Amino acid sequence: MSILINTETKIIVQGLTGKTGTFHTEQALAYSNTRMVAGTHPKKGGQTWQATDGTSLPLFATVVEAKAATGANASVIYVPPAGAAAAIIEAIDAGIELITCITEGVPVMDMVKVKERLAASSSRLIGPNCPGLLTPDECKIGIMPSSIFRKGSVGVLSRSGTLTYEAVFQTSNAGLGQSTAVGIGGDPVKGTEFIDVLDMFLSDDETQSIIMIGEIGGSAEEEAAQFLIDEARKGRSKPTVGFIAGRTSPPGRTMGHAGAVISGGKGGAEDKIAALQEAGVRVSPSPATLGETLVALLNE
Amino acid sequence: MNIHEYQAKQILKDFGAPVASGVAITSLDEAEAAVDALPGPVWVVKSQIHAGGRGKGAFKELGPDAKGGVRVSFSRDEALANIKEMFGNTLVTLQTGESGKQVNRLYIEDGAQIDRELYLSILVDRETSLVSFVVSTEGGMDIETVAHDTPELIHTVGIHAGQGCTDADAASLADALKLEGNARDEGMTLFKNLYEAFTSKDMSLLEINPLIVTSENSIQVLDAKVSFDGNALFRHPDIMELRDLTEEDSKEIEASKFDLAYIALDGEIGCMVNGAGLAMATMDIIKLYGAEPANFLDVGGGATTEKVTAAFKIITADPNVKGILVNIFGGIMRCDVIAEGVVQAARDVSLEVPLVVRLEGTRVEEGKAILSESGLNLIAANDLDDAAQKIVKAVRG
Repeated sequence: MSILINTETKIIVQGLTGKTGTFHTEQALAYSNTRMVAGTHPKKGGQTWQATDGTSLPLFATVVEAKAATGANASVIYVPPAGAAAAIIEAIDAGIELITCITEGVPVMDMVKVKERLAASSSRLIGPNCPGLLTPDECKIGIMPSSIFRKGSVGVLSRSGTLTYEAVFQTSNAGLGQSTAVGIGGDPVKGTEFIDVLDMFLSDDETQSIIMIGEIGGSAEEEAAQFLIDEARKGRSKPTVGFIAGRTSPPGRTMGHAGAVISGGKGGAEDKIAALQEAGVRVSPSPATLGETLVALLNE
Repeated sequence: MNIHEYQAKQILKDFGAPVASGVAITSLDEAEAAVDALPGPVWVVKSQIHAGGRGKGAFKELGPDAKGGVRVSFSRDEALANIKEMFGNTLVTLQTGESGKQVNRLYIEDGAQIDRELYLSILVDRETSLVSFVVSTEGGMDIETVAHDTPELIHTVGIHAGQGCTDADAASLADALKLEGNARDEGMTLFKNLYEAFTSKDMSLLEINPLIVTSENSIQVLDAKVSFDGNALFRHPDIMELRDLTEEDSKEIEASKFDLAYIALDGEIGCMVNGAGLAMATMDIIKLYGAEPANFLDVGGGATTEKVTAAFKIITADPNVKGILVNIFGGIMRCDVIAEGVVQAARDVSLEVPLVVRLEGTRVEEGKAILSESGLNLIAANDLDDAAQKIVKAVRG
């Protein structure tokens, strides 16, 4: 098994006809068994999308129509920031089970409204401002570079895209490989938090260890640490390596990610590191030693 | 994006909030007209800079006995004297850093009769994903200290987006602030208006400290700090116009023109990285090996050769930079594009400091080939650890 996505996942692309959507859909189609089934565009329903290699996908005006025609259960969103929240809500209303929003720069107030809609639905949202997710040799949603993945046993989750790649790259080089990698995104208000994914990794047979990468801002890492402590008491635990980016970041400045800001004395790296260590997570001091630290932990 | 107090108050006034009369000036020529436009007998002269702690701040150019950045004046002459003494000088507060900020704008406000000082802020609570009010009866002081020493005096009320700020929400805020009679009625209206201002203008923080109850049991906004969600500015051209470039670092302004996330720091190693998380982690690993980063710079996912060149120029414009580390893990970003940009930029700026480049990910082989064929004197790194060690060694020896 893996989490969230596998060979059964059928994906619609919202915003397929744009440059970014086209490039990454071609990459996803080229990856293993990924099943991209359709695209949507409000004015191009009935037309066909053509990849540079000649592969084509049907286009529909709405997600509802695309889902009805293809049986899709997932969607990926490449719509620009101003329309991203409306695209997420359209997917929620259409009953899409797994929605992944890659778009960076979605206004926070839009996400506050999206969260209220999500809470009243059975959809799961990954992102926004995330690289997506990938189960090696099965399915890729989003923009992660496929070549660094290798089927294996490590569950990877992160608020940062490029640090997800570091963790994937290093665990591939260490011969461990990944069960599934999930980038939950760098925004302050997002669909899926660490706890949600940790819960899935703890329940997944294929996932034998976990790498969790957090960063400054908010308290999601502290909540995740508390969750791991509570679950360990119930007998659920797996070897986990952590890393927190931003130990040298100045307070009060937003470090690229909208959510990465130490404010009001809260959200600093040291508190997060301490909380994770308290929960039995082995925190790597360097982003370059995630794989090494995990191998050492597994050999103890 | 931050704005000045007087701009924040104008916005709040437009949403019906009770704000004292006031006039902002940007030159000493406007001083007399500003003071005469207000009735007196009390004038408050307030420094307009994007930093808190102004009242307790000190002017660099004035003696140790001089008053701070917010001054209550009890006559027309005293107000004018304060204006003259404050204008153009450098105010140092707990939030400005040692270098302080030059006061290029003053706000002259009608004095108020204060009975009680309260605290009110609105923000998006990340734990609940709700727009939330944070209020306390302990206004006029540092709210972090109140939260630390007496957390029971801080009340938080989350607002559900579908319903907005309801009567029940407003009543619970009024209860928490112990408002009664006329002040309670005014407060109930104010809370709803502030919620409307916050959501419709895409604010990320609205802080009123203090919100006062006057001796006539009326409510008034005495100070206001407003920040906006940078991701929503595209739908608020009116807010964009309030941006004060003199409050920002010139390198950061240049970076924002190219859509680069750049933050100037004090160290000696310039960094160019893709992805915010990796950019922070790159700063961390430089520190781990005993040096200091000169900046945070995320070139983003969709960087072009032009953008990379701009990033390079901004980094090298910093005289403290003794070496540069380029760290790219290509996902959306292609390594060959980065490599071309680096080669182009290094030629354009005739680079004189050591340059370490680490490339990984999409089209890495093509990228490495471009670098090695360029004839540039750069140091190639195999991985992140190698890169950090090499740049620190090159700079520190």
